[in-house]
Amino acid sequence: MSLLSAHGISIAFGGLRALEDVSFSVDAGEVLAIIGPNGAGKTTLFNIVSGLYRAQSGRVMLAGRDVTGLPPHRLAALGLARTFQNLQIFFRMSVLENVMVGRHLKERRQLVAELLGLPSVLRENSATREAARDLLAFVGLAERAHEPAQSLPYGALKRLEIARALACEPKVLMLDEPAAGCNPVETEEIDRLIVAIARKGVAVVLVEHDMKLVMRISDRVLVLDQGRVLAQGRPQEVRADPRVIAAYLGRHGLASAHAA
Amino acid sequence: MAEFLQLLFAGLTIGAVYALVALGFTLIFQASEVINFAQGEFVMLGGMVTVFAYKAGVPLPLAALFAVALAVVVGVALQRLAIEPAKGASVVAIIIVTIGASILIRGIAQIVFDKQFHALPAFSGDEPIRLLGAAILPQSLWVLFGAAVIVLGLRLFMERTLFGAAVRATAANRLAAELVGIDTRRVLAFAFAVSAAIGAIGGILVTPITLTSYAVGTLLALKGFAAAMLGGIGSPVGAVLGGLLLGLLESFAAGWISSTYKDAVAFIVILLVLFVLPQGLFGRRAIERV
Amino acid sequence: MTGPRSKLILLSSLLAVLVVVPLLFPSAFHLRVAALVWINAIAALGLALVMGLAGQVSLGHAGFMGIGAYATALGPRHFGLDPLLSMALGVIGAAVLALLVGRPILRLKGHYLAVATLGLGILVHLVLVSEVAITGGPDGIQVPRLVVAGWRVVGPEVWYWITGVCLILATWIALNLEDSSTGRALRALHDSEIAASVVGVDVARHKLLVFVLAAVYAAIAGGLLALLNRFVTPDVASFLRSIELVTMVVIGGMGSMMGAIVGAALLTVLPQALTFFHEYEHAVLGLLIILFMVFLRQGIVPGLLSLFARWRSA
Repeated sequence: MSLLSAHGISIAFGGLRALEDVSFSVDAGEVLAIIGPNGAGKTTLFNIVSGLYRAQSGRVMLAGRDVTGLPPHRLAALGLARTFQNLQIFFRMSVLENVMVGRHLKERRQLVAELLGLPSVLRENSATREAARDLLAFVGLAERAHEPAQSLPYGALKRLEIARALACEPKVLMLDEPAAGCNPVETEEIDRLIVAIARKGVAVVLVEHDMKLVMRISDRVLVLDQGRVLAQGRPQEVRADPRVIAAYLGRHGLASAHAA
Repeated sequence: MAEFLQLLFAGLTIGAVYALVALGFTLIFQASEVINFAQGEFVMLGGMVTVFAYKAGVPLPLAALFAVALAVVVGVALQRLAIEPAKGASVVAIIIVTIGASILIRGIAQIVFDKQFHALPAFSGDEPIRLLGAAILPQSLWVLFGAAVIVLGLRLFMERTLFGAAVRATAANRLAAELVGIDTRRVLAFAFAVSAAIGAIGGILVTPITLTSYAVGTLLALKGFAAAMLGGIGSPVGAVLGGLLLGLLESFAAGWISSTYKDAVAFIVILLVLFVLPQGLFGRRAIERV
Repeated sequence: MTGPRSKLILLSSLLAVLVVVPLLFPSAFHLRVAALVWINAIAALGLALVMGLAGQVSLGHAGFMGIGAYATALGPRHFGLDPLLSMALGVIGAAVLALLVGRPILRLKGHYLAVATLGLGILVHLVLVSEVAITGGPDGIQVPRLVVAGWRVVGPEVWYWITGVCLILATWIALNLEDSSTGRALRALHDSEIAASVVGVDVARHKLLVFVLAAVYAAIAGGLLALLNRFVTPDVASFLRSIELVTMVVIGGMGSMMGAIVGAALLTVLPQALTFFHEYEHAVLGLLIILFMVFLRQGIVPGLLSLFARWRSA
């Protein structure tokens, strides 16, 4: 049984069908890439699966449980974490604190103890700090831990979001365009990160436009076009699928797909 | 029956004023996503400036015109001097700015005018019109008629003129509007100007009935917002219907339950709307893009 | 943001101020004004948790102050309760009211909270003014003298220290909260509710929590005010008082606990120092809010801190 699966997801915005009968599934340790032209519904699908939108029909299953319509914080507790296409960083906080917030669910919270600053809270804080430091080291941001988050360059913020999502110790990690706006060096770093995360047994779902990255790291590819599933399969199969070439690669990234 | 009619007319009259405040909220919210807490101050300015100009010997129509013009100047100044420079601030920060503006306007009104309640003479006398045993003030008809003219006029303007189209375009998508060459700064200033004028006219029309003072704005803003919420924020038709409905609720609550707590009705409406139908009666659910 | 060290620095400097003020200004009048500062600072601190930490807004915060103050006055009068017990009941009452009202509102966006709290504040004020038989109406009501274990708590000096110690405790608790898991969650949802929720923060619950906590702060401040003045009027819960509290937080610097205290000090002392202030109170508050929100958004304390940091690194 797959770790995360969506079945027959449909949603319309003001009469415009954004997604129609979309299904997919992903297993532990697997990387699934969702691709498709702009407006194909990739981010909408992400937002439904992660609980930000509610689908008009269809079901989402996480680790054998029906999680359709659960709010994001409940999904996080069940092991789903995600990043955002346009960054959602806590800009008022330091780099380290951003990741510390990601430990929210792993922290024991007792309000009275917190208000009184009891030793248990201080211990909890330093445990959280340690865990966050390790994650920053993992994504290569250890030296910048105490800088304000807003001082980081774009590529580093992308990795900061990944570290924050990992802090939840998710079973499923959803990355919305992790390499968008990154230069080739930064893209390669993110590439390595994703592979390393999947090796740890996390199911990774990503939306990405960088075809080279997609072809390189994903185990399976789901192609969306105008809200429908156009094709699904191994990267090589999808790349060879004539419908995909016609609908997407032909217009968009044929050259880069061949280059990969 | 007579009592029912009496309360009905009282409710519709005050409801028309709430509708105008709610309409002003909606106009500014549509154009800029700003909730303007100073909206009630325009109503206050309309009434107070007219009262004092009239007392100084200016003929009533001229005094009213002057009051509307002054409210428009204040509205545009609010947009240019406080809202525009705060661009990019959070929703909460902008709310605080408009609250600051509201307090500032009422503070200046308190200094320039006074702390007393004031009335204007009714436009066409105080002789009530008898209808099925109820007594209806001619001024109530002025309020209802004036509000109707404003609502229809605004609707025609938005749908029939190029500038109206520009306002609607800015409301739909500010960036896209800018890209097709619409001067959205002017549109925003215009939205504030029209909202101010609408509020001021409402204030002038209703002052002969309800009296006015420097401090009436806050409660009117709260009620106007309650009306806008009842109708669904962002919907002009909803704002008008919400206003009338709130006026009726208030009037019947005052008549049948307790006149002391009629001001609580708006607040209870806000809570009920939030509990039962957060989109209001006519609003659509907004989806936040991420 | 505030590690254990900066927490210690903040608290000890506050304590230093507390000790120095009576040495410089020993007169009863000055001590009374200082006690008022500490009381307002407690209420402003609570509001700073809502506005600065969590990025929400409450425009009716004086309503909770009013509940604390009137509970302290009415408990002894109508039910023969001890003033301290009455005050405690008032604090609980304020918390319950905040919980009931906050629940539906806090699920939604900023402006709903602004409007609903504005309405709530006005409603509390309306009840205090209208229920003359119980509250004494607009003229206000006497508060009995506080007697603890046979000791009559009187004199400005005594109240100076009582309120001062309360402020230190309130500051300590606020700083503890800031530097805890819950505090981080609150600061996170200030920046991005969506991002906070996907890492597991129950956004609505946390907003509700901080709103209730702020109501508790305000009610305690209200109770202390009633005991200090031995008299309360509905003015304590008026819309203008709510705006005054917001202004304290805004000019001191949102997000800075010290800022809220500085803001409270400025807005409490200024009217005492400048007699014309009262006449122009609305206008001055409005102007201050606009100036600080638009042009000096940092506020006084964070502004000075960043100036100081620049000066040191230069």
